[in-house]
Amino acid sequence: MSKSPNILFPALGGTVLVLGLSYAVAAGTYKATAFEPRAEAPVVAASATVEAPAAAAPAAVTAPVVLASATVDESVQPRGSKYGLGRAATAAEVEAWDGDVAPDGTGLPVGSGDIATGEKVFIEQCAVCHGDFGEGADAWPPLAGGFGTLADEDPYKTIGSYWPYLSTAWDYIKRSMPFGAAGTLTDDETYAIVAYLMYMNDLVDEDFVLSNENFLEVRLPNEDGFVVDDRDVLEYAQWRTEPCMTNCKETVEVTMRASFVDVTPADGGESVMNHGTTTELPTFTQNGIVYPEGYVAPTSAAAPAAAEEEAAAPAAVEATPASAGGLDMDLVAKGEKVFKKCKACHAVGDGAKNKSGPHLNDVFGRAFGGIDGFKYSNVFKDANANGMVWDEANVAEFLASPKGYLKGTKMSFSGLKKEKDIAAVIEYLKSFSQ
Amino acid sequence: MDDMFKPSRRAFLRGSAAVAAGSVAGAASADAGDPLITELQDWASATGAGVDETPYGLPISYESDVVRRNVEWLTASPISSINFTPIHALEGTITPQGCAFERHHSGAIEMRKEDWRLMINGLVDKELVFTYDDLMRFPRENHTYFCECAANTGMEWAGAQLNGVQFTHGMIHNMEYTGVPLRLLLEEAGMDITGDIKDKWLFMEGADASSNGRSIPLEKALDDCLVAFKANGEALRMEHGYPVRLVIPGWEANLWVKWVRRLEITNQSIEAREETSKYTDLYEDGVARRRTWVMDTKSAITSPSPQMPITHGKGPLVISGLAWSGHGKITRVDVSKDGGITWEQARLGKQGDTKALTRFYLDTDWDGSPMLLQSRAMDETGYVQPTKDQLREVRGENGVYHNNCIQTWYVNAEGIAENVEVS
Repeated sequence: MSKSPNILFPALGGTVLVLGLSYAVAAGTYKATAFEPRAEAPVVAASATVEAPAAAAPAAVTAPVVLASATVDESVQPRGSKYGLGRAATAAEVEAWDGDVAPDGTGLPVGSGDIATGEKVFIEQCAVCHGDFGEGADAWPPLAGGFGTLADEDPYKTIGSYWPYLSTAWDYIKRSMPFGAAGTLTDDETYAIVAYLMYMNDLVDEDFVLSNENFLEVRLPNEDGFVVDDRDVLEYAQWRTEPCMTNCKETVEVTMRASFVDVTPADGGESVMNHGTTTELPTFTQNGIVYPEGYVAPTSAAAPAAAEEEAAAPAAVEATPASAGGLDMDLVAKGEKVFKKCKACHAVGDGAKNKSGPHLNDVFGRAFGGIDGFKYSNVFKDANANGMVWDEANVAEFLASPKGYLKGTKMSFSGLKKEKDIAAVIEYLKSFSQ
Repeated sequence: MDDMFKPSRRAFLRGSAAVAAGSVAGAASADAGDPLITELQDWASATGAGVDETPYGLPISYESDVVRRNVEWLTASPISSINFTPIHALEGTITPQGCAFERHHSGAIEMRKEDWRLMINGLVDKELVFTYDDLMRFPRENHTYFCECAANTGMEWAGAQLNGVQFTHGMIHNMEYTGVPLRLLLEEAGMDITGDIKDKWLFMEGADASSNGRSIPLEKALDDCLVAFKANGEALRMEHGYPVRLVIPGWEANLWVKWVRRLEITNQSIEAREETSKYTDLYEDGVARRRTWVMDTKSAITSPSPQMPITHGKGPLVISGLAWSGHGKITRVDVSKDGGITWEQARLGKQGDTKALTRFYLDTDWDGSPMLLQSRAMDETGYVQPTKDQLREVRGENGVYHNNCIQTWYVNAEGIAENVEVS
């Protein structure tokens, strides 16, 4: 028994691999502790190790911790006292990195956000991948809906239908979202987005305001939908039996053949579907193989079937950029590396299609918002109406700070910090521009 | 006729050269013989490459199909995605870093050793920051462990899907790690533990945008976990977390935080995104399992397999495969040629290492008839690898993760193999 394969989604385990757009974590609540510097030298930003001065007293020997079944190297003897390595973390450092938020609210900073703000920020920063209503755009994950589907053949897992804790959403959004510009949301923006996510999932009304004070009042519907791993109870006793060696089954039939028979064809292109049927395959029995009626044994391996020309290199080859005269090919190569930051959303080269962002072939000389069929933000539509056209100068300005140059753009990218990276990626884009 | 998809010409050529040589050698008495032998070959005459050609080498061009592959339509973007180790073509147990699978949640980042910092904070006596140089001064150990994604074979819950052991079982690699026991670093910070250690957790996160925050019991962290900085003798590859990653033996690969930057001792699980939204297993009744950390006993035949057809015809046949268990050592692997009706015990390449890949072989004869090849692994806890039906019975089909079922290849009379499900 098996399901018909749904190429696009969760039934095939696609959900685990579907991109999760991260939600960046705020700087957490500062855990006040008195720090004694381990050395007299100040905190050094470079890599020099701070030596513990002889004056620092070693910490008292702590009682050894009882280990569970250790598979450690027995020849390595623990020292029994401190090594005196590392240095004390500063308060600012802990504040910068210790941003995790736990289900009981530990780590939540002071702040708040309402639905209207949430909607605004969501449309600007999140909808391009997650859809205006959290339904997911292209193959990016949906965030809303799916209630009561978890026991269905094809469950629809979203924050509303599946996630147990709201703290997870806050933690993830603040630390890792938007995709490509993680860590750029403020605490209040994060509260606003999370509030809006609740609203999209019909869990709160439009006058709701989410803050650190009422955070724990909001419970997600599936909070009780999890149990801890119980394979040891449900399975291990069953599997820990003496295995059968002979006459273990009466007969064996093939019940399903591989859906995708050539997964990554040598010449590129889509995975090839299988045309074989199960009925044309033999049945195996305790007394040998039983062939179906009309079965014809295939010819021997010495004569391989009609040869498919071997593709040379297995790795996908990028379309050769059009060679415009006078391009610095070294710089183009560097630009290709920089462009990796853009690839999640933009394509170039032969057959490049629009993705979350429009393709970037022939971008120089293109009108702002100039690709038909791509859903641009309003600021791009306005620029288009005003006759703005991309050239090297404004591309450079845009890439240094997309939201600075064109406030209201949906593009989730905080900008290229280095001028040489901007120059390189421009040269690379020029190679795809006539 | 069993309409089988013919694998690439190269797969046949690997074997057909042998067949051709065989048939010609057989006729050596009548003819002059195999020209590869009777005629002066270029390689026997001209000089070859010098020692100054390649400071760091890659496999010879004739092996250029032994590469990672990715399946584009599986994910929204290759930035948050996975590729597959070419286990069909590898032998032994060590996975070369260059073709070991990768899984990123926001792409592989570049970071210099000099810029790496590890913070240890939370329930500790002193919150500390370490540099790479600091790490080099703690005692280090060497251990070989398998690293398997919990979603390995996950596509196959819905049925036989991908035709190739690289795709069905390739989210796995096995490397010898050099690293500092995690417990030494935690002890250096001093654990401020009142009460039972069993109630304490370690939260781990990486330096990349996705940060991949995960929580594990402190007990596990103090057991066999490593803070690793070398694999197979050399620095970790960028895509595997250079310069430092965590090694959590026997447990799902998502816990092996790459570009690790912070470890926090807490009194609760943080329940981060990767341990709630993802890496939880949904059962048929709509209730999900969480904290499904350990990778269960598993095996697969790597050859013959769809990408590795039998090209030599009848007679002696080597069936080769891999077995592993997150519970400990593999003690035995059985192989069936008739879909599980009869089994024979295979031999292990060498004594199984705990929580590491083990190679098994069945040296057998092929009579040219179709086969349904299966392997079934056992580990030192007595766990016997179950069938897919047995697993589905308990979990349903929407678990996504932890599919360690017995794998079946249908091999036809031509030696071509296909991924199938059987009754």
